[in-house]
Amino acid sequence: MKARRFLSGGWLSVYAFLYIVFLYLPVIFLPIFSVNVAPTPKFPLTGFTLQWYADLPHTPALLDAAWNSLKVGVCASILATVLGILAARSITRYRYPGRRTINGLIMAPLVLPEVIVAISMLLVMLQLGLSLSLFTVVLGHVLICIPYSMTVLTSGFEGFDRSLEEASADLGESAFGTFRRVTLPMVAPAIISSLLVCFTISLDEFIIAFFLTGTEATLPIYIWGQLRFASKLPGVLALGTLLLVASFLLMTVAEILRRRAARRTQNEGGLYA
Amino acid sequence: MTAAAEGSPPLRMTRARRNALLQSEPVQGFALISPTFLYALILLVLPILVVIAHSFWTQHYLTIDRTFTLENYRVALTEPIYRDLLWRSLYISLTVSLFTVILAYPIAYYISFHGGRHKSLWLFLITIPFWTSYLLRVMSWKVILGYNGVLNSGLMGLGIIDEPSTALLYNSSAVIITLTHAWAAFAILPIFVSLEKVDRTLVEAATDLGDGPLRSFLRVTLPLSAPGVISAALIVMIPTVGDYVTPKLVGGKDGVMIANAIQAQFGKAANWPLGAALSVTTMLIVTLMAGATVLIIRALQRLAR
Repeated sequence: MKARRFLSGGWLSVYAFLYIVFLYLPVIFLPIFSVNVAPTPKFPLTGFTLQWYADLPHTPALLDAAWNSLKVGVCASILATVLGILAARSITRYRYPGRRTINGLIMAPLVLPEVIVAISMLLVMLQLGLSLSLFTVVLGHVLICIPYSMTVLTSGFEGFDRSLEEASADLGESAFGTFRRVTLPMVAPAIISSLLVCFTISLDEFIIAFFLTGTEATLPIYIWGQLRFASKLPGVLALGTLLLVASFLLMTVAEILRRRAARRTQNEGGLYA
Repeated sequence: MTAAAEGSPPLRMTRARRNALLQSEPVQGFALISPTFLYALILLVLPILVVIAHSFWTQHYLTIDRTFTLENYRVALTEPIYRDLLWRSLYISLTVSLFTVILAYPIAYYISFHGGRHKSLWLFLITIPFWTSYLLRVMSWKVILGYNGVLNSGLMGLGIIDEPSTALLYNSSAVIITLTHAWAAFAILPIFVSLEKVDRTLVEAATDLGDGPLRSFLRVTLPLSAPGVISAALIVMIPTVGDYVTPKLVGGKDGVMIANAIQAQFGKAANWPLGAALSVTTMLIVTLMAGATVLIIRALQRLAR
């Protein structure tokens, strides 16, 4: 009797609520202390200020870092999404030997310790004589973004009705024309979703960038550098809050688009099948 | 000349066959995936091979001596400092994966069995904090656990403690708490997926045949979701063993992990081969530990049935 109640929704929903609190609480302290007057993050709060935010645009190093992050994020997300489209399309559309092994290899960066991925790439790049720069950071970010891009795109491509493409080909469209006029519109939301996810990952990524960049900092590297100085903490909290909000918005839009993509391929496929 | 050659029957056949081959599923599929595959080969497999190669070499200041040696592995396995760091990293990653899986399971169960129409909303709510910068999440724990931090000042404000406690930050417990929080969402998803696959009629059948809810959970649902538990444990264990940021920010002297030592070899200490050997050793040991975890969970699964 007791066990039944324990396994039923009641206790579990209390637990679920506490769990969500545990997940969100630490993150919420960043915005709270970013608008606090006192420079040290402790209770009681001393009053509301936007001073720390107002100081941000007057820090040239930070603006450089933001610009670098933007460049890296845009390049990495486009490259990773293009490579993700090819791979996801191949995995969902074709059957061939070695498919699962290749898929496993492409997804591997997801479960490997980032430090080891980073230092291995660092070694190769130094051996090849590439000088470390934002370009090498992009190369690294593409590698770790591809698995996420694959996941988003596979869910968009799966359930995609092949007979639509066949119909288009039968009606005289070329392979490229079919892709552009039939396939692409169907999977466009998934592609945009993948771009946003990859951009967010690149924007927030620290380890790979830390090892593979030369002298140019991205935003997380800038934050890392500032963490050494206690007096810089409020500015870091303000910048961190802005990054949190950006990630949150980007991921919410990405999720909405991904769902729309999944729904679109499944519904319309079902309609015409 | 060419026209005649093209017209000759045998050649036309080979060309037709070649076209058929080029249009066959396997070839097209492989051609499509090859850019991504090559990218992973060049930037993941090749680098790892280079690391393995370096681990057998020696560094003299700026030059690498390419004679085969096992000296780096001797140092990695017998030097007390590296041995301790390795043990601590394994202990921390094992504890963290145990905690995350135990904490995540009820949530995954709740969403799968009681989530109703809001399943995807729940999953979204749980994964959102995970998408924020890892660095920022670790930083917020530093803010919480610090000497002048949220927890200390909060507890003092409530009159529970008189002076700030130094026991909260800069030790391995702080690392474990932070990592458990950081990887929470990662553990929920695989468990949720495997719970979704559990055939609900089997649970009903167990109940009909007289098993109580707890018994049917332990004998049907839990064993059937074991694959999800396994992937959740691995997906947390393998990356956390090589975590760099958390020990550096909240670990202090007692929370240093192997990744910090590896980084030092590639930075200040400038001994790439030793750093490479430490990386390879870490990967091998974590693979062994992951294998053992899989075997243990499978054995438990068989016992439960």
